[in-house]
Amino acid sequence: MSRFILHSDLNNFYASVECLYNPSIRNKAVAVVGDADKRHGIVLAKNYIAKSYGIKTGDTVWEAKQKCNEKLVCVTANFERYYYVSKLVKQMYREYTNRVESFGIDEAWLDVSDCVKDFEGAFKLAEKIRKRVISEFGLTVSIGVSYNKIFAKLGSDLKKPNATTMITKQNYKNLVWNLPVADLLYVGRATNQKLNKAGIFTIGQLAQTPLNILKSMFGKNGETLHTFANGEDVSAVKIYNEKEQIKSIGNSTTCPRDLKTNDEVRAIISILAESVARRLRDKNLWCNTVCLSIKTNDLKTFETMHKIEYPTNLASVISGECYKLFNHNWQKTIRAVGVRVTGLGEKPVQYNLFNNEQTMQKKEKFEMVVDALRGRFGYNIIKRGSVCASKDLKELNPENVVHSIHPLSFFKL
Amino acid sequence: MFSTLSCGFMTKKYVSVVVEYNEDGNKIPKKIYLDDVGYNIDCVLERKNSASLKVGGIGERFTIKIGSNKTFLFFEKETEKWFVELKN
Repeated sequence: MSRFILHSDLNNFYASVECLYNPSIRNKAVAVVGDADKRHGIVLAKNYIAKSYGIKTGDTVWEAKQKCNEKLVCVTANFERYYYVSKLVKQMYREYTNRVESFGIDEAWLDVSDCVKDFEGAFKLAEKIRKRVISEFGLTVSIGVSYNKIFAKLGSDLKKPNATTMITKQNYKNLVWNLPVADLLYVGRATNQKLNKAGIFTIGQLAQTPLNILKSMFGKNGETLHTFANGEDVSAVKIYNEKEQIKSIGNSTTCPRDLKTNDEVRAIISILAESVARRLRDKNLWCNTVCLSIKTNDLKTFETMHKIEYPTNLASVISGECYKLFNHNWQKTIRAVGVRVTGLGEKPVQYNLFNNEQTMQKKEKFEMVVDALRGRFGYNIIKRGSVCASKDLKELNPENVVHSIHPLSFFKL
Repeated sequence: MFSTLSCGFMTKKYVSVVVEYNEDGNKIPKKIYLDDVGYNIDCVLERKNSASLKVGGIGERFTIKIGSNKTFLFFEKETEKWFVELKN
């Protein structure tokens, strides 16, 4: 049975929401920027007028202003509002199907196979949804209609803004195969370079490359790319709120100021590790690998990871292991730090003979008491002395989840 | 009692509203107060989810009739406040 899948992409989502709530800026160049005081002062999103001046996501605010002769309207991001609007839009999608899979805050796949008979019906439904999004939310949306998730996503990128594109088994070669290979999901900068070196520039060329060559170039991923390019992806659109298996838990922060001493780095690591450990305990998970990522003030990022001997859910162990990973002979000041744990599993049954189990259990009880205190009285009720040494670091709260919009992977399961 | 946000020719004006809830839990606005003057709503002609592109905001839009005048009254779900689009 043929599937009918829609991919909807809200155009310039953050900027559109800002223009919706403040119509007086609708006809001006608008950029949504991070909080400059917290050193997040970059362009997060922009409207089409700002785009026409060459403003790009990731530009610093002064750079962006320079590009359009100071005519730019900068609005500080209001993530709570974006979440709220996104939730309403997805609620509306769910009136048509329970198979609504979010892909970030502004994108979603909808499997409408059960409510339409053919592509014509799917196209009409997509148009109906597109018009409803405009009238009910004042936002424009691009929708791709296809028989698999990959082509549906490509379709939504083809015509922007406010359009519906249909990619069928009959027209995909004309529509998709001439596109640059970098437009395909999972072809990033490095893969694109590698493919270009091999003389593969379009999706069509990728689709016609023999599988064994792609496998020798990219291993298992070569097979995936081949499947994607030929429209043979069969992955299902997940049911809304279907639980996903968690593969890693992490937390990172851009520090209020650059870090200069080992003690400061240690303090930040311990703040992040506490948050990560609390989330592990919430989900009743243990981890056996810790990763530490460091971004220096020249915006270079390094990540190192280390397998620990015995699974843990303790902040003290995670922060200790992360600090061991940290290169103490550092030269450049540090802008951002991230702590992540992987190798997650249920509570270990096999106890370690050489570990003092009682001490571990005591530590766990202690950390659970801290969790309970914070749950009841707020995050700031109890803090480590090492963190309190510095006034500006003291105010850092990693559990302020409102501002956490995570990038998503296609391969979530 | 209300606050305003001016956007070009129109102003977003939050207003006080007397509302009746029916047995299905639906809201039926009965009276609105504008600058301390009350206006009885004669009937609600339409209710739909809609954005206000003129003054900004999303929620439920009620097309109401006051005397011989038709106008829109919005219930903003985010703030749980009522507003009207007022000409400057």
